[in-house]
Amino acid sequence: MSSSAITANHDVIAHGADEHHDDGSKTLLGFWIYLMSDCLIFSALFATFGVLANATAGGPSGKELFDLPYVLGETMLLLVSSFTFGVAMLNMHAERRNKVIGWLFITLLFGAAFVAMEIHEFAHLIHEGAGPDRSAFLSSYFTLVGTHGLHVTCGLIWIVVMMDMLRRYGLNDAVRRRLSCLSLFWHFLDVVWICVFTIVYLRGVL
Amino acid sequence: MFGKLSLSAIPFHEPIIMGTLLMVSLAGAALLGWVTYQRKWGYLWSEWFTTVDHKRIGVMYIIMALLMLLRGFADAIMMRGQQAMASADAAGYLPPHHYDQIFTAHGDIMIFFMAMPFITGLMNLVVPLQIGARDVAYPFLNSLSYWLTASGVVLIMVSMFVGDFAATGWLAYPPLSELKFSPTVGVDYYIWSLQLSGLGTTLSGINFIVTILRMRTPGMTLMKMPVFTWTALVTNILIVAAFPVLTVTLALLAADRYLDMHFFTNELGGNAMMYVNLIWIWGHPEVYILVLPCFGAFSEIIATFSGKPLFGYKSMVYATAGIGILSFLVWLHHFFTMGSGADVNAFFGIMTMIISVPTGVKLFNWLFTMYRGRVRLTVPVLWTIGFMVTFTVGGMTGVLLAVPGADFVLHNSVFLIAHFHNVIIGGVVFGCLAAMNYWFPKAFGFKLEERFGKYSFWCWLVGFYVAFVPLYILGLKGMTRRMNHYVNPEWQPYLVVALIGAVIIMAGIGFTLLQIVVSVRNRAENRDLTGDPWGGRTLEWSTSSPPPFYNFAVLPHVEELDQFWADKEHKRAYKRQARYADIHMPRNTGVGVFMGAFGTAMGFALVWHIWWLAAAGLLGMVGSFIARAYDTDVDYYVSGAEVEKIERARLVPSQKLVDHVDPASAGQKVA
Repeated sequence: MSSSAITANHDVIAHGADEHHDDGSKTLLGFWIYLMSDCLIFSALFATFGVLANATAGGPSGKELFDLPYVLGETMLLLVSSFTFGVAMLNMHAERRNKVIGWLFITLLFGAAFVAMEIHEFAHLIHEGAGPDRSAFLSSYFTLVGTHGLHVTCGLIWIVVMMDMLRRYGLNDAVRRRLSCLSLFWHFLDVVWICVFTIVYLRGVL
Repeated sequence: MFGKLSLSAIPFHEPIIMGTLLMVSLAGAALLGWVTYQRKWGYLWSEWFTTVDHKRIGVMYIIMALLMLLRGFADAIMMRGQQAMASADAAGYLPPHHYDQIFTAHGDIMIFFMAMPFITGLMNLVVPLQIGARDVAYPFLNSLSYWLTASGVVLIMVSMFVGDFAATGWLAYPPLSELKFSPTVGVDYYIWSLQLSGLGTTLSGINFIVTILRMRTPGMTLMKMPVFTWTALVTNILIVAAFPVLTVTLALLAADRYLDMHFFTNELGGNAMMYVNLIWIWGHPEVYILVLPCFGAFSEIIATFSGKPLFGYKSMVYATAGIGILSFLVWLHHFFTMGSGADVNAFFGIMTMIISVPTGVKLFNWLFTMYRGRVRLTVPVLWTIGFMVTFTVGGMTGVLLAVPGADFVLHNSVFLIAHFHNVIIGGVVFGCLAAMNYWFPKAFGFKLEERFGKYSFWCWLVGFYVAFVPLYILGLKGMTRRMNHYVNPEWQPYLVVALIGAVIIMAGIGFTLLQIVVSVRNRAENRDLTGDPWGGRTLEWSTSSPPPFYNFAVLPHVEELDQFWADKEHKRAYKRQARYADIHMPRNTGVGVFMGAFGTAMGFALVWHIWWLAAAGLLGMVGSFIARAYDTDVDYYVSGAEVEKIERARLVPSQKLVDHVDPASAGQKVA
């Protein structure tokens, strides 16, 4: 028994040593699970919007308020930003640090433009008297779209932090791991926006 | 500058609250003074507050839970006192607004700040040890989760003395919880304390899922995982699937109150019943989040003390998973009276009855585990048997309530109160106390004293029935819940009996505290030198008590379900290693404490509309988190030589023991 036990233990020790090189897969799995919990936050908000979509309380409905071409512009900005983030990731895999920073900066600009357009849209609606306090429909609209916008804003802050980390540390393991998470986050927000565009705007106007 | 906050927020005119404040301040000052006198601040800070060690975080969770048990119980016995007095012409001693806050706080504290920290603490303490891991997947996040929960505790405790707490019932149903009907800060305290602690809970849910899925020791497949770890896995999946819904629900209520929105208001299209649906979509899984780990603990206890493998391990796992899925399909049974129609009610009624089937499977598994075992009637086993009887009664009244027709009669009556206390006390409280008695020696290296443990058990068991059987009867007589005063004098004798029951339970709590104090004082007599005081079966008992900070010098290799038992049977346990490898460990960090403190400041500021402080709190939280991301010095290596020294010291006593102890009867004598 002793010889087999010793061999087994050697395997274990070897395995233990391997553990020290965390390839980041644990973090990525955890981040996926976090995204799923975030997904549930959005699903609850979508469900709320679904229930309240017609509760306009005599106020304006989506058909009267939404300007589809404008929202299409927002959508394009976000979709393009996802593409530019993808290019940044390709450059990360090719070990080109400065290009990663450059493409992240471009992503930042597109994302910031998206947030700016959304704020402008909100301000416009509130100015028209169609603020979140006007009806349950508008409450759920502002909350759903605003929650997405807040997520994008957090993503922008994250991008700025990552650009700074790239400048300081280069493409080390931690930076790569975080960029991979951020990339998931950014594309996730894109997917959510597609749902917002379809369910809130298209369904509201058409 | 201070928003809505002024000196008048402190209820000087309430003698009960001021008396409590005085007591709490004196006790707090005494504690702080004592720590200062003993010069222990440095020790507490560097060894406990900033720790990322899952065992210490687990201990801190359980201490928090026990403290909150005292607060929650104080609320309970005040309610019992009021109802025993306030019959017919008597008004009792609690004015309605205060009484309403007390029953709200009782529910919230017991669920969010007693039961949740207790099971989170148990999972922290036990899960990594059971799966042969050195820590959880994200040790810093674990510390952060704890301090976020602590900030929720601080807020709910502050609400007692500064301002008021929600007077709405523990789930704060709108429209009552809307600004129009609850204009004070009570509901805001409710919202922010639950949001902060809920965030912590969600994060620790993610942490444990990854820990269990990715950090099991070599050879431990999912179906070789101890049952407690299985229940922890399912519970954490439920946490991650359910708590986001709570977050949204409370955020929408906050939007109504802070931003004048109309999700749940009576006006402008709001829909209050949507809140009730949303909160129970979280709320029903929540009760299984609480009880599943307790089922796991009972399974471990009953197998260990029967000296047999758990009967029907696989069916136990499938039953746990089945309960996890079904728990999302029964939420509407909390409001059959909403008027969803016969079809919807029938569906949820039937689902509710179905969910009792896997629970029944578990019960039979425990019984068959005991069957022909040599059951040692230790304190954990007493709790387990008490649970099996009590929980079954509670389950049956639950199935009765699952019949929509019966529910129309019993909805919101004290019958319901008796039912859920029957399952929560019988399941969760008994489970937590059983688990505390069972794993205490693992955490501290000495056993809890038996005698006061048994007194505590009997007081709780008897007290429970004396306190709640009268409520079943009163519920059938038509008494509704949350009454500050009633006109029917016929109810009073029952409520006096219920008060007596509460006093007996109080004695039970007292004995638990006494048990801990006496055990600490007599710890030399109850030392556990082997690391395996009960003749355990799973990996946590294979390391020393308390385990070294790295848990396992060499990761154990698992080939069967009860690996440590098999190792003892085949005399493979306690082997000294030829050499030890370096061990990679995370460094302690204070960032979790800072983020919790900033979170508390932010929550307090949001309650009182102190916007600059809220912004500063948020900025502090985000800033600390980013600063943590820049910290590259987060881990270190323990050298193999150091590990060898520690292991040599711990194996000396156990080497002596392993020669002559028969594993089948290892551990303590039959009580």
